[in-house]
Amino acid sequence: MDNIIQISYFASAVLFILGLKRMSSPVTARVGIVWAGVGMLVATLITFFYPGMQNYLLMTVAIALGGGLALWSGKRVAMTDMPQMIALYNGMGGGAAGAIAAVELLRNEFPSTTFLALAIAGALIGSVSFSGSLIAFAKLQGWARKPLRFPGLQFFNLGLLLASVGVGAWLAIQGEPAGGTVLLFFALALAYGVMMALPIGGADMPVVISLFNALTGLAVAFEGFVLQNPAMIIAGTVVGSAGTLLTQLMAKAMNRSIGSVLFRAFGSIEESAAGEVGGSMKPIDATDAGVMMAYAERVVIVPGYGMAVAQAQHKIQELTELLTKRGVDVKFAIHPVAGRMPGHMNVLLAEANVPYDLLYDLDEINPAFPKTDVALVIGANDVVNPVARTSPDSPIYGMPILNVDQAKNVIVIKRGQGKGFSGVENALFYEDNTRMLYGDGQAMVGELIQAIKSL
Amino acid sequence: MIAGMTALYIFMLAAFTGYEIISRVPVILHTPLMSGSNFVHGIVLVGAMVALGHAHTPLEQLIGFVGVMLAAGNAVGGYVVTERMLDMFKRSKKGAN
Repeated sequence: MDNIIQISYFASAVLFILGLKRMSSPVTARVGIVWAGVGMLVATLITFFYPGMQNYLLMTVAIALGGGLALWSGKRVAMTDMPQMIALYNGMGGGAAGAIAAVELLRNEFPSTTFLALAIAGALIGSVSFSGSLIAFAKLQGWARKPLRFPGLQFFNLGLLLASVGVGAWLAIQGEPAGGTVLLFFALALAYGVMMALPIGGADMPVVISLFNALTGLAVAFEGFVLQNPAMIIAGTVVGSAGTLLTQLMAKAMNRSIGSVLFRAFGSIEESAAGEVGGSMKPIDATDAGVMMAYAERVVIVPGYGMAVAQAQHKIQELTELLTKRGVDVKFAIHPVAGRMPGHMNVLLAEANVPYDLLYDLDEINPAFPKTDVALVIGANDVVNPVARTSPDSPIYGMPILNVDQAKNVIVIKRGQGKGFSGVENALFYEDNTRMLYGDGQAMVGELIQAIKSL
Repeated sequence: MIAGMTALYIFMLAAFTGYEIISRVPVILHTPLMSGSNFVHGIVLVGAMVALGHAHTPLEQLIGFVGVMLAAGNAVGGYVVTERMLDMFKRSKKGAN
């Protein structure tokens, strides 16, 4: 039996890697998650036959309860709320890693200090990921919108981290994890997770969630070593490194270092340079804008998170279909951080049945803007601000942007005259070739559709 | 027994594997892939089951129970959410133009 168990774990590790590999291409992605799912099923089922197991009833009830709740919540969550659901499920994984460590610490049957030390390290990382992810979830859910900051916060957090590492190290050196100290250790680790996530603003949350995802992977790998389970070691480490790279990619796309996301809130730049831009914003009405687009040869649509908030993606899809039928070449320009995470905008547009081969990323679409007749910006702001290219003293200088200002005509659908979340004035809105279409995203796109239909 | 250098080799190779998988991914798949990797560390369920399976005292059983519940949530939720996202990636039938 032991051999069958080991072979099953091996097979599931292989399935995880192949599944993730398939998930990295749009064509095979759908198959990839199924493969990984099969791997998970195999590993879970075979674990029921693990030698010396008890508490089968408890186990089954726990799986049914946790799995059932997740199934229910996962099926009904809206696509716009995906990031916080990922945070929630990720936090649960971190908590589970912490729970494994807690049980092992209570049993205290470690073969050597290495095992004890790794159990403690995994517990620390898992607990931080658990409480931190829950805060991230609460923030994105809108339960705790305002970032918490007070003078000396960073030192307080550093102290908290050092304290939890210190107590953990003391536990490992002592070799006899006593109840009270273990409790203190977990309390400190959980508190650090909370305090680490609280000062971070909503816009930076995706980077942090991705980081917690990587951390959970690492915690799982450590606990996998403690339990001598190769599937956990491999799957956890793969996620740990993949998640770390993904975190870096996200931070880079936002022109932020991971360090500045974690230790310096975006708000601190906010007051420094709002930047004055000369000129005036020129409004346009939907009928004129519709005519402009209908008789254009090439149209590029630049969606931002504002489009998703206004639930305008279905109208956008209708508009795209209408224009395509008239022979207009329609493309979508997707900034890496459009939406709330890299790729989130693609998911939102896919949900509205926009074909994904119309979507182009930054490097692909930027050379096309000078040949574009009309660029339609809807709900995007900072990612199309030419200041990032031209003005070195701007806080967003150097951020990769979509060069929308190079298009022959630019139409910006915008609710009012406000600024983007960075608080920087957008020079694009004052360009000579820019026209502002003020109003709710969904309503305005609806009017554009009417205007084109009535031609 | 996986210990010492063997464990280090496994860590190293698995880390490279994860890095390679992500480094060639188009941006459009970043969120689904993050969700997918979130599902994959749901393998923690296996460990939580073993921990609960070997728990003796009521306290150990309680913590083990919570662990299995959380882990099952990670695995099932991760799968459902990822599958829903990937379901939407259908190529347009009519072609781009």
